[in-house]
Amino acid sequence: MTAKFEQKPVIKVGLGTCGIAAGAKEIEKILRKKIEENSVEIDVTPTGCIGMCHREPMIEYRDKDGQVFFYGDLNPKKMEIIFDRHLLKGQPMTKLSMDLENKEEASGAFLEKQTRICLRNCGVINPESIDEYIEKGGYEGLKKALKKGEDWIVDEVEKSGLRGRGGAGFPTALKWKFTRREEAEKKYLICNADEGDPGAFMDRSVLESDPHNLLEGMVIAAYAIGSNDGYIYCRAEYPLAIKRLRIAIEQAVEHNFLGDNICGTDFSFQLKIKEGAGAFVCGEETALMASIEGKRGMPRPRPPYPAQSGLWGYPTNINNVETLSNIAWIMVNGGEKFAAVGTEKSKGTKVFALAGKIKRGGLAEVPMGITIKEIVEDVAGGSSSRYPIKAVQIGGPSGGCIPVELFDTIIDYDEINKTGAIMGSGGLVVMDASACMVDVARFFLSFTKDESCGKCTFCRIGTTRMLEILEKICDGKGTEKSLEELEFLAHKVQNTSLCGLGQTAPNPVLTTLKYFKEEYEAHIKQKKCPAGSCKALITFKIIKDNCTGCNSCKINCPTSAISGIAKKAGSFSIDQEKCIKCGICKDVCRFDAVITE
Amino acid sequence: MDMQKVDAIIEKYNKDETALLAVLQDIQAEKNYLPREAMERVAEIMEVPFSRVSSLATFFSSFSLEPRGEHIVTICMGTACHVRGAPLVLKEVERELGIANGETTSDLKFTIETVNCVGACALGPLVIIDENYHGNISTSEVEEMLEQYQNPSKQEG
Repeated sequence: MTAKFEQKPVIKVGLGTCGIAAGAKEIEKILRKKIEENSVEIDVTPTGCIGMCHREPMIEYRDKDGQVFFYGDLNPKKMEIIFDRHLLKGQPMTKLSMDLENKEEASGAFLEKQTRICLRNCGVINPESIDEYIEKGGYEGLKKALKKGEDWIVDEVEKSGLRGRGGAGFPTALKWKFTRREEAEKKYLICNADEGDPGAFMDRSVLESDPHNLLEGMVIAAYAIGSNDGYIYCRAEYPLAIKRLRIAIEQAVEHNFLGDNICGTDFSFQLKIKEGAGAFVCGEETALMASIEGKRGMPRPRPPYPAQSGLWGYPTNINNVETLSNIAWIMVNGGEKFAAVGTEKSKGTKVFALAGKIKRGGLAEVPMGITIKEIVEDVAGGSSSRYPIKAVQIGGPSGGCIPVELFDTIIDYDEINKTGAIMGSGGLVVMDASACMVDVARFFLSFTKDESCGKCTFCRIGTTRMLEILEKICDGKGTEKSLEELEFLAHKVQNTSLCGLGQTAPNPVLTTLKYFKEEYEAHIKQKKCPAGSCKALITFKIIKDNCTGCNSCKINCPTSAISGIAKKAGSFSIDQEKCIKCGICKDVCRFDAVITE
Repeated sequence: MDMQKVDAIIEKYNKDETALLAVLQDIQAEKNYLPREAMERVAEIMEVPFSRVSSLATFFSSFSLEPRGEHIVTICMGTACHVRGAPLVLKEVERELGIANGETTSDLKFTIETVNCVGACALGPLVIIDENYHGNISTSEVEEMLEQYQNPSKQEG
């Protein structure tokens, strides 16, 4: 620390959905109460998500000398102790604080392999304050872009090599050019924030943590393609994101970065938010536009592409949240600097939502070209359970499962396609040996079956039939023919569906069939679920040697299926007739005495 | 249902046909579900066929055509929650409340719903009751979690 002038201490509380779900509001309440009780001068400000969902609730404390401390895994009691010792008496609690610079430490290791472009302000600034965004260089990209002109903007984006981050990876500059060259009295720019892939929360975090970054990118894009009207189509399941977007839009209009005559130029851009109503297919661009038009969100054939005939028949450009959130940075730093990161055909960084059976779940922005292994082992810290990691599911319901043997695959649109999965929007769910791959395929199929809009026959009925086969296999009723039928239908659904939903719906089935065929066969031939997950094929048992007689399984069993004498180790057993396989006994057992077979 | 409220909502959007979805969302926010009379009123005033209103109300999963309970218990069924045991949590909630997913208790106190993903994957399995997020819920914690809402006096914060 060089600067020694005194400043008012600040506490930033991570108040994204993850933080709130972990109890951050309670922490904020305690802080405010304690500050008032002790009448100390400390500012409390909300911030978004720094990405370390696994350490939430988290706070960042900057003391009067400007020194910064991070505390994670907070609970009310811990917060009170930290307040009394550190914030009041000035004694940092080094054992509890997190050293983000130290890569030997968990939090440091989580950040070490990351390159933050899109997420640069996430968890750093107060997302409800435009001043903090401006202080970090915000809206400089817009000012520069307005000065340099439309051609320059498109050139820089082209140089950057940026490809659509929604999943398909279409070159952004090329997409812009298509809309740009159209002559029309009106053009639309839409931001697709209908992040529907289960297991993906990149866009939510960006919207909640740095909404101005998206707005700035949108205004620049609108200027480049010549659009004066835009929409952000955001799913209603993200109430906090919508709230913060509304605040940001209001502030941007006040500051003349949005609305009429932006920054004193003759360019105007009006932006509205449209809330989705819970339909996954609306992430598909033509369905999304139908939904904005007030119709059922059903896809239509392309061509005509939205660039020619989109919203209400006007040329329309649709980009994903993450794509647009890279634009401001590219304007300021130049396309070449962006292209310096990544691989030959996949430039820049990609944000992944890390979830599943890993130690460090959260949001990570990594350079393209990093291996899956580095993400799983180094960033996410490897398995969080006693089981080894078996696969990652990448790309949600359109993606697939990549087995641990292929973890040297690099993050690159084309390399991932080769495995049968797709890059997708960035959901990365890590599975350990306790996850049944047949069940995972069944899970995704039941998802796509429910979400199919019903327009194309094979997507509507084919996915239903596929799901029935998978359910049969999970119930131990599969036959030799099941796998053949499954594969046959998968290819039909792929080839006869209009939109991406149907075309990619079989991917989770095909990739698990390709890499985990032996698990399917175990279900069919031996009537066993090797992962111990499919209810019909497992029984709960108590291992006498591990049982300590603590009685907690017996107390918690909802159907009184467990008998045994308290404190008498090894006297417990499960009545299979009464057992409903709810798993509570396994959940409450602290001695690994309850197992599934 | 108080039709004046429906009229006021439609008025807010200037009877704009493209705002049909938003109108229905606002009505549901007000009433917790879409009463048939309200949908008929929307069709009448906005001058669109009733089939059009109905087609939207039945397409989007966030709409309910049945009255819903005072507390909406939403279980996240996203991938991360799924591999961390969300199906078991759902079963346990169903067992505790004595109703199936999508149903409402006869005293109109609870409705069970599922959602595909709310994006708080690192904290799964996740249950959202009204606007409160309950992260890292295990089957053995379900009873206690629901209790807070059954007996509001015990509810914290």
